[in-house]
Amino acid sequence: MTQTKDITNAVDAAKEKLDQYTQDMVQWHFSPETGCPYWLDWAKEADWNPLTEVSGFEDMMRFENFDDEVLRDTDPAQFIPAAFKDKPYNVFETGGTTGMPKQRIGWEDYKVDYSEFSDFYSDDFFPKGANWLMVGPTGPRRLRLAIEHLANVRGGACYFIDLDPRWVKRLIRDGEYDMARKYKEHVVEQAITILKGRNIGCMFTTPTILEALAERISIPQAGIKGVFVGGTTMTPQYVRFLTEEVLEGKVNFAPTYGNTLMGLAISRPLSAEDNYSLTYYAPQPRAVLRIVDPKDSTKGVEYDSYGRVELTTMTKEFFMPRFLERDEAIRRRPCDLFPWDGVGDVRPFESTKKKVIEGVY
Amino acid sequence: MEEKISHLPVLRFGEVYKSLDTNDLGKVLKSGARLEVSVANAGIIRRDKLLIEKGRDALRAIPADTLLSYAEKAADIYLDGELPFGIDGETQGVADYVNALSELTGLPHSLCRSNMFKVAAALQNIRAVLAGLTRGLPPELFDNGCARLGDIDMNFYPMADSLGVTLPSNSPGVNSLWLPALVMKTPVFLKPGREDPLTPYRIIQAMIQAGFPKEAFGFYPTTHEGGDAILLSCGRGIVFGSDATVKKYAKYSNIQVHGSGRSKVLIGEDMANEWEKHLDVMVESVSANGGRSCINASSVMVPSHIEEISNAMAKKLAEVEPKSRDDKDALLCGFANADFAKAMDEAIDDALKTPGAVDLTAKYRNGPRLVEKHGQTFLCPTLIACSDPDHPLANTEYMFPFVSVVERPQSEMLDAIGSTLVVSAVTEDEDWMRDLMASSDIDRLNLGSVPTNWVQWEQPHEGNLFEFLYRRRAIQSKALKIA
Repeated sequence: MTQTKDITNAVDAAKEKLDQYTQDMVQWHFSPETGCPYWLDWAKEADWNPLTEVSGFEDMMRFENFDDEVLRDTDPAQFIPAAFKDKPYNVFETGGTTGMPKQRIGWEDYKVDYSEFSDFYSDDFFPKGANWLMVGPTGPRRLRLAIEHLANVRGGACYFIDLDPRWVKRLIRDGEYDMARKYKEHVVEQAITILKGRNIGCMFTTPTILEALAERISIPQAGIKGVFVGGTTMTPQYVRFLTEEVLEGKVNFAPTYGNTLMGLAISRPLSAEDNYSLTYYAPQPRAVLRIVDPKDSTKGVEYDSYGRVELTTMTKEFFMPRFLERDEAIRRRPCDLFPWDGVGDVRPFESTKKKVIEGVY
Repeated sequence: MEEKISHLPVLRFGEVYKSLDTNDLGKVLKSGARLEVSVANAGIIRRDKLLIEKGRDALRAIPADTLLSYAEKAADIYLDGELPFGIDGETQGVADYVNALSELTGLPHSLCRSNMFKVAAALQNIRAVLAGLTRGLPPELFDNGCARLGDIDMNFYPMADSLGVTLPSNSPGVNSLWLPALVMKTPVFLKPGREDPLTPYRIIQAMIQAGFPKEAFGFYPTTHEGGDAILLSCGRGIVFGSDATVKKYAKYSNIQVHGSGRSKVLIGEDMANEWEKHLDVMVESVSANGGRSCINASSVMVPSHIEEISNAMAKKLAEVEPKSRDDKDALLCGFANADFAKAMDEAIDDALKTPGAVDLTAKYRNGPRLVEKHGQTFLCPTLIACSDPDHPLANTEYMFPFVSVVERPQSEMLDAIGSTLVVSAVTEDEDWMRDLMASSDIDRLNLGSVPTNWVQWEQPHEGNLFEFLYRRRAIQSKALKIA
């Protein structure tokens, strides 16, 4: 998108804020009074000192890419910052992986993320006081509590239909397509029962489930005013299809990009010139998304070019520098709503070169 | 200067829909424009399927006899017409169609045209085709569901609200298979092959121009997921593909899978001594249509004279050489994907390392099997003489003129053929002919000296489409005359 007004000042201010925030978070996580055992131990082995050598976000390039296997192999207690010692915490797991799960612990972060998400949308977009239905991965997912929090801060309650992404992934991997379809029907049927039997005004689900629901019922006629989706790749054609046909052009639509490690990136409202191409903006400064050269992730790619998505998460609860997501996206320019880089048309990393299982979630 | 693009859209109940997802097929049009094809997401197909009654109603409103006359009329329009193409009022004439089809599929112009004639003949002969499929029942059957044969009233009802077909790109003539569905008042959802979206699109436009209601046609260039959506949501599906495709869909009784043909010529003991008379039939069975069809022979079984027969065939096949696309004598097809040709060439050489088989054509042709010529990659005709009848290449099919010759006693042939699409049995031995007719391994049986690619319109090809789409129900009535 071309910038319609000069947002240089806003971009500079956002950068300044990010630099200061980065410095504050590094001080927090690498100071013995506040930091967690994992990063304090790491600093003892490192040949440089983040406390004195990180003064802005550019300095984060000193960190290697975070290996998320650490979240599988390490006891989550190693990630408790000293400042949170003795405070009960939540253990959240990432989506579709099988075997020993990757875990992130947290206290209030999900509430901060989803309150901010809620503030972005007007009272009418997701009507205040309306009840929500979440059809998606619940269980040990951060998303389950986050959606309920979202419903609550907007004055409603939340109903849940679980969808187990690990089971779906396994079915697809094993070629059990019929069973996967049956499972999808099972989930959809439960959702229809709730939609018919309770007063629901807003929904969170995955694009595929949304599509399957709309093959059975009319989403606007079911009383849904706003739909919040996240989960899989959405090409511009798919976004157009969901908007025009699945939601019949009558339901507010909020696509997001996110996961347990990041929180969620909001999509810029679509304009005609976007031609249904989505651009997401990370909840900066708590999380920063960069689009990097896959061969050298310290280097960003040019605007409007594809590169690999790199995530840095920095909150008082969790510090994760430069994690390479399994996605690629187009680097998009800042906009007035979000004066920092956005990520567009996200798709699985190297999906044009290899087969990737995305499944129904 | 902005590059010119012609866009081939999705057709949803005949209505143009331009997808934001596209395939770029390159500069294959005479205008110099790039050909871009819409790619439908699977959800669009599933949603359209929910509205299928629109297509059925449109067909129901027209008498079957009228639909038959529309099909006959469509034949000429398909062959000669300047037909809608693209989304901005563009049209495409036959010369541009043939040229682009050749560029995309590797078929020389001569074979593009012969495939066109095959499709046109299926339309022109639609009454014979339908009579063959219904065993002579009157077409009014599709208007009121009833027919009377002799003194017997019969009631047929549709098993499917629509026919979904995922088409291949190897041979445009294969489109003739779905045509009768429209006359049987069954709307079609078509997924064209990636390299040949042009043929089904042109046939649809010709049929609409001839009078068929546009609502009866769905044209969905799409992904694998979209192909599954077509096959699994339509009442009946037809899919073309490899052995892996056959395996994937084998469990669905509503999906007819057309895998490898493994068609064969069997020479009876009574004809073995006069094999020379049948040499042309054997060679044509292997090489017609560039060896691209599942009805091309990939194996010849002989009871004796293997050396003479193999050498004579190899010599004739080796005379078929790569020519340029527009050479009127061109018989070989280039490969749209050169890597695919290389992989096949290597697979054959690898298999030949197993003792018991030899590439006899190698000594008759000038140069190697894999040839880069006229700007294309070709695989030259290949005959493998198998002294070991169980050699891995003895019953293998490739998408070019490729054949194995195996010697077996006649009495063992039927046990050895395995599942075979077409058998041309060159024999007059009545006992053996009875055995052949009783074989459950043969889909289509040609008796006598006819090539495997021979088509008689009144004979169903690869399963009976009428029996696939309709089922007979017992019907009895004291008071009413039913048909």
